[in-house]
Amino acid sequence: MEFDFGAILVDWRMLAKGVAWTLGLTAIATVIGMVLGTLCAWARASGPAWLRWVVGAYVELIRNTPFIVQLFFIFFGLPAAGVKLAPEVASVIAMVLNLGAYSTEIIRAGIESTPRGQIEAAQSLALDKVQVFTRVILPPAMKKVWPAMVSQIIIVMLGSAVCSQISVEELSYAANLIQSRNFRAFEAFIVATLVYLALSILARRLLNWLGPRFFFGR
Amino acid sequence: MNDFSLWDILRNLLLALRWTVALSAIAFVGGGLVGALLLLARLGGGPFFDKAVALYVQLFQGTPLLMQLFLAYFGIALLGIDVSPWTAAALALTLYTSAFLAEIWRGCVASIPKGQWEASSSLALRFGEQLRHIILPQALKIAIPPTVGFLVQVIKGTALASVIGFVELTKAGSMISNATFKPFVVFSCVALMYFALCFPVSLLARQLERKTHGRRA
Repeated sequence: MEFDFGAILVDWRMLAKGVAWTLGLTAIATVIGMVLGTLCAWARASGPAWLRWVVGAYVELIRNTPFIVQLFFIFFGLPAAGVKLAPEVASVIAMVLNLGAYSTEIIRAGIESTPRGQIEAAQSLALDKVQVFTRVILPPAMKKVWPAMVSQIIIVMLGSAVCSQISVEELSYAANLIQSRNFRAFEAFIVATLVYLALSILARRLLNWLGPRFFFGR
Repeated sequence: MNDFSLWDILRNLLLALRWTVALSAIAFVGGGLVGALLLLARLGGGPFFDKAVALYVQLFQGTPLLMQLFLAYFGIALLGIDVSPWTAAALALTLYTSAFLAEIWRGCVASIPKGQWEASSSLALRFGEQLRHIILPQALKIAIPPTVGFLVQVIKGTALASVIGFVELTKAGSMISNATFKPFVVFSCVALMYFALCFPVSLLARQLERKTHGRRA
């Protein structure tokens, strides 16, 4: 048994393109998914009863089914109901819905830990409901749950490997394509796996750095 | 072409569900055993094993399960062993589960106050005795809710075994959907079956967690 990693690294351009797709999909899903999660967390904390129920059902449905099934349902199932989507769009939607559900729970946990007195103080300063939420409740909540949020974003990034199954040309698709041409399957997947590992370490650092600057002040 | 009724679809999916359950059970039990060994190595094996297990955990938590499955599938084949998707999936999911459980349990042991270690060693208990009589009984109580919660991740993880050709619920769904041209119905049923499997486990985990926290408060 001998390994030939050169045969994989020759195709570095394909791998690089795969990395770009993986990061791109993850970045879009992260931004939209966190907005969705924040809205849902708000709805769950202070919305009307029916809305709380709908959000609760959405969260439980996503958290208790596999991502690959969600993806297949959106990509293969929805066209039968008249909604036809490109693989990349289907992937982003699946990733957004997935991250949205998990971040709803994460952000909600942060919101619940905000002391009641802070909210009352903000209200007594005549801030309206939206201001209270975005300026008083959300920043400390995000600060508290940011480590959990970062972990979840990385889980979604690693989960996006499954999007290769509907022929989105991200990193694991690139590895699959390379091994189908030179039959060096083990080497191709080792390289891709190590790249994923590097990406998850770098993404964690980047997000840990970004969080305080972006969401909750230093 | 045969006409598939909803009952035909459901019956075939339910038959495949058995394999999802079987694979989950193997991965969870096997992963639990390996995870316990890893935990012991980390607690009592000195700095080398501590580092080695930390690296192992990082490797499995920082890479996609899909890649781990591919590596198991193609890696065992490289050793000259004829590998079935079933073996590869069981191996990959067992190792994946062991890494996560080892890390969850390490957190539980770490949350036991240091005084418990000190008090028990001042009673001249050896390391093994400390673990058995003092530390693990307390850690176990805290460990049960997150462990049950992780079972949900394992069940969902088995869906990826479909990609290397193991016919469990997701793979059966794909095959039936291709044969019936009813992807909407089929994948809805698949999703509902996973939900029916996972949701009670999630509820149980949450209830256990509430109980543990209640007892502590």
